[in-house]
Amino acid sequence: LQESESESKLDGETASDSESKSEFGSSSPAPTSDDTPEVLNRALSNLSSRWKNWWVRGILTLAMITFFFIIIYLGPMVLMTIVMCVQIKCFHEIITIGYNVYHSYDLPWFRTLSWYFLLCVNYFFYGETVTDYFFTLVQREEPLRILSKYHRFISFALYLTGFCMFVLSLVKKHYRLQFYMFGWTHVTLLIVVTQSHLIIHNLFEGMIWFIVPISCVICNDIMAYMFGFFFGRTPLIKLSPKKTWEGFIGGFFSTVLFGLLLSYVMSGYRCFTCPVEFNNDTNSFTVDCEPSELFQLQEYNIPVVLQSVVGWKTVRMYPFQIHSIALSTFASLIGPFGGFFASGFKRAFKIKDFANTIPGHGGIMDRFDCQYLMATFVNVYIASFIRGPNPSKLIQQFLTLRPDQQLHIFNTLKAHLVDRGILGSLEDA
Amino acid sequence: VDLEERLRELDLRSDLDIPDVPPPTDSTPEILKRALSGLSARWKNWWIRGILSLAMISGFFLIIYLGSFMLMLLVLSIQVKCYHEIITIGYRVYHSYDLPWFRSLSWYFLLCVNYFFYGETVADYFATFVQRREQLQFLIRYHRFISFALYLTGFCMFVLSLVKKHYRLQFYMFAWTHVTLLITVTQSHLVIQNLFEGMIWFLVPISSVICNDITAYIFGFFFGRTPLIKLSPKKTWEGFIGGFFSTVIFGFIFSYFLAQHQYFVCPVEYNSETNRFVTECEPSELFQMKKYSVPPLLQAALGWETVNMYPFQMHSFALSTFASLIGPFGGFFASGFKRAFKIKDFADTIPGHGGIMDRFDCQYLMATFVHVYITSFIRGPNPSKLLKQLLILQPEQQLSVYKTLKSHLVEKGILQPSLRG
Repeated sequence: LQESESESKLDGETASDSESKSEFGSSSPAPTSDDTPEVLNRALSNLSSRWKNWWVRGILTLAMITFFFIIIYLGPMVLMTIVMCVQIKCFHEIITIGYNVYHSYDLPWFRTLSWYFLLCVNYFFYGETVTDYFFTLVQREEPLRILSKYHRFISFALYLTGFCMFVLSLVKKHYRLQFYMFGWTHVTLLIVVTQSHLIIHNLFEGMIWFIVPISCVICNDIMAYMFGFFFGRTPLIKLSPKKTWEGFIGGFFSTVLFGLLLSYVMSGYRCFTCPVEFNNDTNSFTVDCEPSELFQLQEYNIPVVLQSVVGWKTVRMYPFQIHSIALSTFASLIGPFGGFFASGFKRAFKIKDFANTIPGHGGIMDRFDCQYLMATFVNVYIASFIRGPNPSKLIQQFLTLRPDQQLHIFNTLKAHLVDRGILGSLEDA
Repeated sequence: VDLEERLRELDLRSDLDIPDVPPPTDSTPEILKRALSGLSARWKNWWIRGILSLAMISGFFLIIYLGSFMLMLLVLSIQVKCYHEIITIGYRVYHSYDLPWFRSLSWYFLLCVNYFFYGETVADYFATFVQRREQLQFLIRYHRFISFALYLTGFCMFVLSLVKKHYRLQFYMFAWTHVTLLITVTQSHLVIQNLFEGMIWFLVPISSVICNDITAYIFGFFFGRTPLIKLSPKKTWEGFIGGFFSTVIFGFIFSYFLAQHQYFVCPVEYNSETNRFVTECEPSELFQMKKYSVPPLLQAALGWETVNMYPFQMHSFALSTFASLIGPFGGFFASGFKRAFKIKDFADTIPGHGGIMDRFDCQYLMATFVHVYITSFIRGPNPSKLLKQLLILQPEQQLSVYKTLKSHLVEKGILQPSLRG
């Protein structure tokens, strides 16, 4: 039995990694079952299979986009919950692939350990963010205060427990598989969990920093697909034969335009541009503030080159729209590499899709593969170019230092301010 | 197609594809061989290990004497060597030494991650040095962005280097590289952070782990009877428990001696005038003798009512306990890893001991533990980091922070309200 299994698997492997959507040979896992809902099946029963597939994908795309709008409407708390659910589902999908690849579903303890590690890492990250944003709430409640003060230690202790359990669970015949699954789990955590937490950080900066990047990636996906569908001729990369240069470039320009328009519309509303804050009195999230400079209309001179084309001398734009160009450019040029990475991964492990969750699209990971790099990019972008450190957080940290350290910092700051002329040397505030 | 070759392609459940490891070459230097030629194999091995242990420990003392900068360099070299050892194992396991680009990419990722971590730590400690130079300012301010851009370049190069027949191997090596980076590079940077806190936070943990290794080995050698764990058949419960108690006592005594010298106790600071590292300060409370009342249980045993100790010795108790009880799990992990991939040692670098990783396998968890311990129980936020962040705020923010701080300091009496003029 084992020999025939390995033989048949080899047939699939020694055959050239098929790049078309055709069968992968007898060794591939069962073809994805058609779980399109009955309703759709009946409605589309008359069309040819090519158009049927197109319609199924189209309808599901619209459904997902509508769902996206609904949860935006429902507010930050719901968004955070959705991000959390997506993260768990992606983790589950990738781990399941690992089990299938290594036939390791029955390894002792391993399923429990994977979920345990997911819990630990999430606990660590949520603790770090929660402490920052819910500072006053946490300080008031005694158990929360202790949890937050020793947070890193507690998280580390939890992780260590998992590590020791892993070591104790090593079984003689399965060492290598267990190490593979351990490595697989950790890399998955690195990809999936850190991204989701960065997304939540971006969200707290202002919903516009969450919506615009994600929309740009989705738009690029759709536009590149359409341009490729209608004009596609030159293949882009051997890894994904369906991608074409026409789709890539067309997608790039459409996404930049889309980004500019979407930012223009969103910058006008406070609920999108204001940082999300937790109101201690009402115990809910509020988005209310004085819009920052980024979201106030300014006059820009159009470069001479474009003046003749567009016919205007100056244009009124939000500074944020300039940033949106950077975001859309990244989404169109580098985001697809996340997609190629996922394609390579699927080919390497001979799977067609990550899972069957969404009819016509595959698993949740299939939809989110381009988003990974985007979330990190936006977070790094914000940290580098938009906001500096949070002054109130700095003051909090300052207050926990020793007096001599406080004095040293104060004097250095004073010297710096005097140096820059911000503070007159004789000024006594 | 040859059956052997086909089987090699991978039923991942079997171990048929792992090549049998050639017996380790004997890299003992000639001189030792001649000196020990008379002894039986068992004692010969013992002597080689012993001599090399002494050599390593002396080397360690020498570097400590040479100062913090040399220690940093040493930590960096060890990190690079450990990384190299683990990556080489990966190449051997997957026969992937000839994968296009992969060697360059592994080293490139190592460089990126090191750049990121050094930028984060160096920027903090060298704040005054950096302030004066414009180019460095730019690098510091956009440090995360630059690091991310460098990493992305590597990522895109990886994607572009994917070759049709080698997809799976390439992904394996990619993951192998990342997990190795996670283990070796983060640990080494945590070690350096601990070092900056004060050399005692570097010396006591490492020495405790080494002491535990040696004393557990000795206790096991003389009294070992009950096996500890199937993974490492040479470990015994007697060794484990004996090692625990010896390490705790060693930690106590060693901290007692180190706590008396400013050289070990003070945070390492960079002096911009002399362009060197200095360790000079008013020793913190941790390193000032205090009287402790001995608990009644021990009073009868010891005969004293109070004892003069440094508070740090209490902490050393926690550190030694961790080194003895949890540190060995790092060793078991490495043993499991070696068995999984059918290797005897990580490399042949040190005669009698194996590779650098073999010596450092118990240290991984220790470095992280010490770092987490320090941040949770010892010190608050890092003042230089705080200062750095203050200095990059907008002028109006700086002014408002300045005013808040001033009023706070005056309120607490730390700052006397100054008169005009």
